[in-house]
Amino acid sequence: MDVRTMTKKYVGQRITRNEDPRLLTGQALFTDDVHLPGMLHAAFLRSDYAHARIKRIDTSKALERPGVVAVYTAADMGDFWKPGPLLVPPPTAVPGAVFHKRTQIPLAKDKVRHMGEPIAVVIAESRYIAEDALEDIEVEFEPLPAVVGLEEALSPDAALVHDDLESNLAAHVIQEKGNYEEAKAKADVILQRRIVVDRGAAAAMENRGVVVNWDDKAQELTVWDTTQAPIPLRNGLAAMLGLSEHQVRVIAPFVGGGFGPKIMMFQPEEVLLPWASMRLKRPIKWIEDRRENFLATTQERGQIHDVEIALTKDGRILGLKDVFIHDTGAYDPYGMTVPLNTQCHAVGAYDIANYYTEVKMVFTNKMIVTPVRGAGRPQGIFVIERMLDLAAKELGLSPIEIRKRNFIPPDKFPYEHNIIDQAFAPLIFDSGNYPAVLEKAAAMINYEYFVKEEQPRLRAEGKHVGIGIVSFIETTGVGPYEGARITVGASGKVNVVTGVGTQGQGHFTSFAQIVADQLGVDVRDVHVVTGDTAQFHWGTGTFASRGAVVAGNAIHAAAVKVRAKILQWGSKLLDVPEEELELADGKVRVADMPEKAISLGELAVIANPLRGTVEPGTEPGLEATDYFGPQYGATANGAHAMILEVDPETMMVEIKKYVAVEDCGTVLNPLILEGQIQGGLSMGLGNAYYEKLEYDNNGQLLNASLMDYLLVRSTDMPKQIELGHEETKSPLNPIGSKGVGEAGAIPVPSLFAQALENALADYNLEITEMPLSPNKLYEMVYKK
Amino acid sequence: MSEFVSVNVTINGKEYQALVEARTLLSDFLRHDLGLTGTHVGCEHGVCGACTVLLDGEPVRSCLMFAAQVDGHEITTVEGLGTPEKMHPLQEAFQEAHGLQCGFCTPGFLMSLVPFLEENPNPTDEEIREAISGNLCRCTGYYHIIDAVKLAAKKMAAK
Repeated sequence: MDVRTMTKKYVGQRITRNEDPRLLTGQALFTDDVHLPGMLHAAFLRSDYAHARIKRIDTSKALERPGVVAVYTAADMGDFWKPGPLLVPPPTAVPGAVFHKRTQIPLAKDKVRHMGEPIAVVIAESRYIAEDALEDIEVEFEPLPAVVGLEEALSPDAALVHDDLESNLAAHVIQEKGNYEEAKAKADVILQRRIVVDRGAAAAMENRGVVVNWDDKAQELTVWDTTQAPIPLRNGLAAMLGLSEHQVRVIAPFVGGGFGPKIMMFQPEEVLLPWASMRLKRPIKWIEDRRENFLATTQERGQIHDVEIALTKDGRILGLKDVFIHDTGAYDPYGMTVPLNTQCHAVGAYDIANYYTEVKMVFTNKMIVTPVRGAGRPQGIFVIERMLDLAAKELGLSPIEIRKRNFIPPDKFPYEHNIIDQAFAPLIFDSGNYPAVLEKAAAMINYEYFVKEEQPRLRAEGKHVGIGIVSFIETTGVGPYEGARITVGASGKVNVVTGVGTQGQGHFTSFAQIVADQLGVDVRDVHVVTGDTAQFHWGTGTFASRGAVVAGNAIHAAAVKVRAKILQWGSKLLDVPEEELELADGKVRVADMPEKAISLGELAVIANPLRGTVEPGTEPGLEATDYFGPQYGATANGAHAMILEVDPETMMVEIKKYVAVEDCGTVLNPLILEGQIQGGLSMGLGNAYYEKLEYDNNGQLLNASLMDYLLVRSTDMPKQIELGHEETKSPLNPIGSKGVGEAGAIPVPSLFAQALENALADYNLEITEMPLSPNKLYEMVYKK
Repeated sequence: MSEFVSVNVTINGKEYQALVEARTLLSDFLRHDLGLTGTHVGCEHGVCGACTVLLDGEPVRSCLMFAAQVDGHEITTVEGLGTPEKMHPLQEAFQEAHGLQCGFCTPGFLMSLVPFLEENPNPTDEEIREAISGNLCRCTGYYHIIDAVKLAAKKMAAK
């Protein structure tokens, strides 16, 4: 479809992407594509032990190897050796909260705290030589007992990950709404379960990487980085290196998938290389390999929950109590974002008056935990959806009925939860129509027909078929703010610059759509720049499903201002009131007399004159900058359903049909939205049945390759997928949007569990842990 | 210790002569020695398929081969398929069906699919799923890629 011939209203249309031609022809710049003259290459010596004291490091042989330029250990770093900054502050808004800050270090000094922790870096003329030289470095270790299990971490005789703490407790937060114990006293039914969710990898197809160039003559540092947050990274690097912000330019070029870990800033590699480049006065490149990505890129999901739910005999939830342990790994630089999200999502889409939630966050000798697509939300949703399923069985209700009896009703928004969310703001759900979304999903999967007609027939044929349906919410679009600057150029083309990074979400197109509608230009004439601090240097980054909401609304606000300037100029030059003007076809023109017009390019030149005067109180050019900060995050919601068949001999699962209904407010581009949901689903499916990071008792990661850690392939996806939408605009922003980047992944494990139990009804299976695998499922079914 | 090997190879119709260290991977040779950075490296152990190129018309993983092995052969990389101004029908179909998000794995998919569509100009969904099962994509969930392949088949049949 040629966008030039279609209606000039872009928001809400299936616009193909502006960025695609470069990506499809191999012309897009990724970090590893940056090649600079005289560039050196870095390789890191990483710990094979999860926990050990470093007795001695000898780098002398490595330094003798031809082509090696430098080898650095912690001892070489002097005052630059410092633990990284805390990226998210502690939850002091919660009374009584305990938090022990222990952030990651650039190179291990006295001991190593997880397998893969860097000990030394070699910088050489080629990556091949740098890796050869790693073999030359001698390290003498004294192995220590590894802290691996979450409960074991809190046992009094556990080894200490951080010797200066009394225990491995990293944080302790209790939040309560209403009074759970009083509610429990009135309950007809009380169910208790232990629910376990284990770790997975984000596994973006592009590994992390950084290229740095200190230009000694210009006294400027340029950093190409696979980051989701170029601006905070620039600010932090400038502070660490004693430079002004304007001496540091961070560029996040095309980034090959983020999914969370690329928001984790100041990892050893991106802190060390700028420092080394300034010392060596040469550019340096480091590109993570896949094994390093498994060992040394942040991970997520490990939690153990002890849950109690109290209900009436009609299935109304009176109260929920969730006491859980959250694994933060060896350090906690990302504060409590993940467990706070879990606390905020364990209430699901439901009107729960009494809620007690207590988390103990623990240090273990495993890689650091920071958000991975979902970021604590899938665990919370797994907890509440599983407990509702178990309650439904107990009470003889259908999964749909018990959910309907507990939804927050559409007229009860904004709904206050009286607990604190990941942004330390009160958790408030702004809008939604949860029953309508669930009903739509039920209709699309043909729930009643399947259960009454099809399932009995297929079961009679000996087939183990099952159906599932769940609801979920996703808090998205959190603050603090994003900004954008929009400029109309002399060519009539429009430049949009914003601070967020982009990792495939289609920002070059969805943001262009917003601007094209405001300024009446072709969407292909809007050029969006993201992730270059030299172009725009205010903002925080792409995380928490906030790009379209926060940056999208900042762009909208700036576009509205530029539009106003155009109308003002147009009115003056065409001598008609602004109300009689329209912006279309790249021109401002009189609506009734379209031939009476000025192109935006001409106007841009007139607005930026070379001689004469610019009127007092006005600004030159057709340009505006604006910002958007939401009052609080917009909460999206959805319902997913699936029909699957299990082979009870091999436990191979085939998903016959999948339905996803989303309500993410105003949809900017349905094509991009579909892609986000489908991609999220593939990751959620991995979290349910394929992907688990297997750490042994020594803290060794046993499956650190794509041969052993299974990503979902095309043949693993549901055979049929249908997507549905409901639209409840968010009242929190002018566009009315809510985030959706993580939504696809969040409900999948809980849905998969319900459908599996349904398919294997003969075996009286109860699933309270994720991820599963065919092996695991086989053991669960047959060991009874 | 380094042993150097002379390589004569035709890439995207252009002849190259180079002296490479014997252990240089084909992927590194293409990307770093020749600057053909459209071929991407996702795992360097032959699983993800991002580095797929055509060797005498057959898809191979360039991370599992040495540059020295392509001496006297012909290679096609994604840069040989089309340009932003004049894309291959398969590339056009990927844009139209939104068959890519971050675009990192995409060159590998394209290079696996070009010979597949030549052999099977009218594939079923199931055949497409099989054909791309050796290429990992973390963004799309594969559905829009399958749509793109079907669209490409139509476009190519119409030519």
